[in-house]
Amino acid sequence: MVKQGVIPDELTKPFYDAANEEKLVVQNCKSCGLLQHPPAAACRKCGSGDNMEWKGMSGKAKIYNYTVVYDTPIRMLQEDQPFNLAVVMLDEDPGIQMYSHLPGTPVDQVPVGGSVEVVFEATANGQKVPEWRVVG
Amino acid sequence: MTTPNAPASFYHTTEGTGVWPHKGKVAAVGIGHSPTSRRWDGTPENTVGANSILALRKAIEDAGVPPDQIDGLVIDPVTTTGAHWDANDPIPMDVVNHYNPTDDPLDGIAKLSCEWLLKNMPELTNVKFTMYGTGCMSHAIVVGAQAVGEGLTNNCLVLKSWHNLEGRYNQAGLSAAEDVSGTYAVGPGRTIWGPPGCFGTALQFAEYCRKYGKSHDMMAPFMENSRRNGLLFPEGYWAQHRPEQLTAEDYLAARWIAKPASLFDNDIPIMVSGAYLFTTAERAKDMKQKPVYILGHASSRGTARSLTPTLDEIQVETGSTGRKILEAAGITADDISFENMYDGFALFHQFHIEGLGYRGMKFGDALDFYQTDISIEGPSPILPSGGNIGSGRSRFWMHTDSIQQIQGRAGARALTGVKPEIAVSGGPMPMGGNFTVWGASPD
Repeated sequence: MVKQGVIPDELTKPFYDAANEEKLVVQNCKSCGLLQHPPAAACRKCGSGDNMEWKGMSGKAKIYNYTVVYDTPIRMLQEDQPFNLAVVMLDEDPGIQMYSHLPGTPVDQVPVGGSVEVVFEATANGQKVPEWRVVG
Repeated sequence: MTTPNAPASFYHTTEGTGVWPHKGKVAAVGIGHSPTSRRWDGTPENTVGANSILALRKAIEDAGVPPDQIDGLVIDPVTTTGAHWDANDPIPMDVVNHYNPTDDPLDGIAKLSCEWLLKNMPELTNVKFTMYGTGCMSHAIVVGAQAVGEGLTNNCLVLKSWHNLEGRYNQAGLSAAEDVSGTYAVGPGRTIWGPPGCFGTALQFAEYCRKYGKSHDMMAPFMENSRRNGLLFPEGYWAQHRPEQLTAEDYLAARWIAKPASLFDNDIPIMVSGAYLFTTAERAKDMKQKPVYILGHASSRGTARSLTPTLDEIQVETGSTGRKILEAAGITADDISFENMYDGFALFHQFHIEGLGYRGMKFGDALDFYQTDISIEGPSPILPSGGNIGSGRSRFWMHTDSIQQIQGRAGARALTGVKPEIAVSGGPMPMGGNFTVWGASPD
């Protein structure tokens, strides 16, 4: 299941550079301590734009919720339908969500609340992105 | 002439600000709709601009106001249903030049400006106030109401229009690209993981069902009721083009889009325009139609902490929005005769009405409520307009129906189980919408 290629931009380059090194990083506001994802130019809580840093995460998370996608608008994924599309929440902060196709998990057999760990998957142009596999 | 976006101060976004200062001083007195169609047919007569002119002229005629007395125009300039003009497609200059164009050749075809409308409606000789309420009709209504209330315009047209082009929903552009930007790839929108438009709502609905022990099949009575009401809405898409009652069996057999959201849980994108004429309560007394007073308005500007709102975030926000709606109008939930909250995905209507506390509902109650009499003949009508599910995606049927019910002009949809005196309509999203309270009386 190959995803569209990703071309990092100024905002997201550290996130994708880390992914290529198989590390998971998330933005952290040094002013108020908020972790945030997806990345943004400023802190969504305190508005600080000059105090954003990238912080390493453990790569452990829980499955918050999922759907089974039967009709995606993304052309490159259509031949793989139906597929799981889950939202995971990081163990460090359940307020931080990431999407996952849960590679290796049969369609519609998703253990909501179950533990997952990050893996890194190459997209169509070779850029790696975080994915998540069920553990335990 | 450049039309500004409405200032943030026009929207009532926080609790504790009291009754809307212009309560009962603004009234809807005219309604106009274009015919519906599934997509643009490529002719000048079927453009979003043409439909807009038609709807505006009907609203003016309906109100019985001479066009030269119209002094305000509020519209949503974004008209896409998810269909965007491909930059590689040639511009149909014969269509462009059929009208008086602006500098943007797609104006009136795949977008809309107040300037384009005024160039092509020469009878509007006295419009001094124009403003954009960007998002949907619910935005434009708030902006129009606020503008009349503040005395910026006395006779204000409010318009929402839609264009729909060839091709499947949201499948062109970035969806078809080989590579996308890093920000888009990890954003909350379509992303490289491929969520359809209904993905977020499907997630929230799944969590709702787990939390309260409900199931997707419990939506069937709501769906049947919505289509039934829609088929009684002669201005709507299904009534005009596909007068087919949706049965519970049809609904439950429909293919999934993002399970637990099926095909029918998504509204159908169409081309249509709708317009209203707002005026002062004083002026409304002398007009052709019975005035329907705006008692208040409220807006949600909630945002998710991360990619997609959780059920908790949704319920905190809809609860707050419900309180703001009631506070702005100076009413209680018991005063509401009927509701026309948003349904553009069927699976989030319950969030809106539970937050509002319609008929005493608490979180988790709505799907059980759908198993009772929710018809237009009953004591607790749910979405008598049929909403977007019942008549196609206009995002204004619920407003039109609220006005028509109170005016006594809802025809075959007329409520018989309740006296239509106070209604709430609006949307779209549970986190991010605008809501209006309509009343038969200004008090």
